[in-house]
Amino acid sequence: MTDQTTQAQAQAYEDRPPRNQWLDVWDQFKTHKGALVGLAFFIFIILGVTIGPLIWTIDATYIDIRARNEGPSLAHPFGTDQLGRDTLARMIAGGQTSIAVGLTAMALALFLGTLIGVTAGFSKKLDGPLMRFTDLFLALPLLPLLLVIIMLFRDRLRATFGPEEGIFILIVVVIGITSWMNTARIVRGDVLALKEREFVLAARSIGTPARRMVTRHILPNVMSPIMVSATLGIANAIITESALSFLGLGFPSDFPTWGRLLFDATDWLQQHPERVMWPGLAISLTVLSVNYIGDGLRDALDPRIRGR
Amino acid sequence: MKYTTALLGAVSAFGIATMAFGAAHEGPRGRDGDVKIIYWQAPSIMNPYLSGGTKELEAASLVIEPLARYDQDGNLMPWLAESVPTVENGGVNADGTQITWVLKEGLVWSDGSPVTSEDVKFSWEYCTAEGGGCAQAEKYLDVTAVDTPDDRTVVVTFGVGKPFPYGPFVGAQAPIIQKAQFADCLGPKAPECTDANFNPIGTGPFTVTEFRPNDVITLAANENYREEGKPAFATVTFKGGGDATAAGRSVLETGEFDYAWNLQLAPDVIAQMEAAGKGMTVSAFGTSVERIMVNQTNPDPALGDERATAAHPHPFLTDIAVRQALSMAIDRALLTEIGYGPAGTPTCNVLPAPAIYASMANDGCLVQDIAGANALLDGAGIVDTDGDGVREKDGVPLKLLYQTSTNAVRQDYQALIKQWWSEIGVETELRNISASVFFGSDPGSPDTFQKFFADVEMYTNNFDGTDPEAYMANWTCDQAPRPETQWQGNNMPRYCDAAYDDLAAQMAQTSGLEARAALAKQMNDMLMQNYIMLPLTHRGRVSAHSNTLGGVVLNVWDSELWNIADWYRADG
Repeated sequence: MTDQTTQAQAQAYEDRPPRNQWLDVWDQFKTHKGALVGLAFFIFIILGVTIGPLIWTIDATYIDIRARNEGPSLAHPFGTDQLGRDTLARMIAGGQTSIAVGLTAMALALFLGTLIGVTAGFSKKLDGPLMRFTDLFLALPLLPLLLVIIMLFRDRLRATFGPEEGIFILIVVVIGITSWMNTARIVRGDVLALKEREFVLAARSIGTPARRMVTRHILPNVMSPIMVSATLGIANAIITESALSFLGLGFPSDFPTWGRLLFDATDWLQQHPERVMWPGLAISLTVLSVNYIGDGLRDALDPRIRGR
Repeated sequence: MKYTTALLGAVSAFGIATMAFGAAHEGPRGRDGDVKIIYWQAPSIMNPYLSGGTKELEAASLVIEPLARYDQDGNLMPWLAESVPTVENGGVNADGTQITWVLKEGLVWSDGSPVTSEDVKFSWEYCTAEGGGCAQAEKYLDVTAVDTPDDRTVVVTFGVGKPFPYGPFVGAQAPIIQKAQFADCLGPKAPECTDANFNPIGTGPFTVTEFRPNDVITLAANENYREEGKPAFATVTFKGGGDATAAGRSVLETGEFDYAWNLQLAPDVIAQMEAAGKGMTVSAFGTSVERIMVNQTNPDPALGDERATAAHPHPFLTDIAVRQALSMAIDRALLTEIGYGPAGTPTCNVLPAPAIYASMANDGCLVQDIAGANALLDGAGIVDTDGDGVREKDGVPLKLLYQTSTNAVRQDYQALIKQWWSEIGVETELRNISASVFFGSDPGSPDTFQKFFADVEMYTNNFDGTDPEAYMANWTCDQAPRPETQWQGNNMPRYCDAAYDDLAAQMAQTSGLEARAALAKQMNDMLMQNYIMLPLTHRGRVSAHSNTLGGVVLNVWDSELWNIADWYRADG
């Protein structure tokens, strides 16, 4: 009887269709409550800024001077600013830019960081120069560098892509090329450790070429630190963009981003504190939710933690 | 205990004195105790000849004084001199090359020694000494000699005829300093005389007791001040530093200070502070006008080194119909209400004050007329041919780059004006540049207001004193910033009209207030009717004083503290 049960169970286990690895990751991810809440919020923000403008159709730059400095009402759920522009519409429009900058700059930083990290970790010859290069970038002060770059390239990009797209490209590129260093260092460290592992040795002994080695054996194993630094990178890019807008650099002054909204609202802190709260909350909650997602992903992607 | 009693006695004695004299604001010198003044920029020196900063000028004006200064209406009034010399009273010779000042009788320095014409002469020598780098040298421009026929008479001779000879020794920028104290501080040694620079001996109502650079100055009443019973305050605590918000709050909300200088704050913010009931704001209008400059040259980056120079006229802003339409579309009253409140009035002139120079000929611009602007453009054949909502002139779309410095009020102005211009088919791109870069005059930066690599730009300008000659000469052809001048110059729009240059030359040779006023008005009208500049707001100065401080008369033509000798403690 007992034997039969065990056998039947074993049979059932073998008959079960092979489970997708990503389903396992999802199962593990689900156990992290913070990550779930963070994911839900992040999806909500993304939907809000993409579908939002179709539902809330007020133009973010339209000035209705008679309705200035209004508190929350049905016509303006978040109130209006000192020129009568609708704050909700500006939050949505600002979120589009901030999130787009965050995601794009993150992708760029991730690509650069992974490329340099894997190359440095895998190739003994390039390790030294590439890591000194990374140190060099770490030592660069970001804001003065940005000022110089914006001054040098603004007019050319503006002429080619128009004012808003030009600045968008500029900011994304600048944030991207100044924030890949941590990813590169983490990836290099992991690659160095992986290189000495038995399965890599085994792969080498059967003559796997270096390119295949990286794509088949190394990269999948450093996915988890890359994913985590990606989530952190989004947060970092949103904050840097906010800082730039806060300093009055970057996008034209009537082009809302969360950082710009925050900057504009600081003058009215005492009279209309809610104007600071909306963009402030949006930035901090988005960054927090992305951090939680990263935290959950790290646990879920690590096969040693997964399933425990 | 004894100390306390003595203190109480002193306080009650003061109380009685105040009761006896308080109503008429007269009484013995120093009866009203301490007055606390806060400037949110801190003075670093008490010698205006070594600093161009307003804060230093104003702090120094408590101690050292000029021969004549401007009152709150911009009129000259004698200060250390007996009267203001004019051609009529014989003080100025017919061709304006000589002006004769006579000192008041019995003037003494705060150390008790007499003020003589030698001191006046020395003030000129001090500022013009070789290697001194005097900050107020332009006040003494063209002075060839200062003679002292007797102890009270000073004769200033100019190398050229000066229709307006009131530069030297007039206003807070050119006060009289004591020869005995500064005799060894000429030229390169000037900055080394720390004692004299921090604690000048003066004729003013107060003397410095302690000077802490960039922090606090304490002053006490000048025992030898020329007017009996003045100043009413025994001491002054002059605190520098912080920001305009904190300064405003300390006077209007908490009442810690009696007087706060130059509150550049949004009208709502000031109104809210004022609601606390501890103090009140005072405002006065000088010559500051927030204006939009319209570039007459083409700032296209494709032109390389020749961009924004007279070699390439602007493709559409050289058309007066476009400029006039831009002006008509602006609602100046609304802008002013939002940006400055009571500290501004809408204006149609770049020369709005003093009153005798203010033209009435352009006031039509005060009323917004978008329909009229559209009709004007349609009539000029500048219409939207490709249906994108933007008009074209000869195939060039009316797209403007509109730059200004980073400042919340200016960005609000930009947003509003952008919307109005979009209603007349003009597309606007906004740009704001950090003020230190924008006004930085660095020829290496592409973002300065002189280079003007944009189609329109907005900022405020004004002129010192009350005579507009130099100011109106800003828009002559040779004042245009260009590579040959290292991009220096004041004619930002690069306006160039021989008729205007002639008027400017004529003004430099014309004496007599009426004739000069007529010329100044004519020049102003010429600029305005050509829409080279679009004036928006005549900006005032706002300061605040506590309800218990009386006698404050805000003066934008001279030091704000010009009449501190007449200040007193009122019942709040």
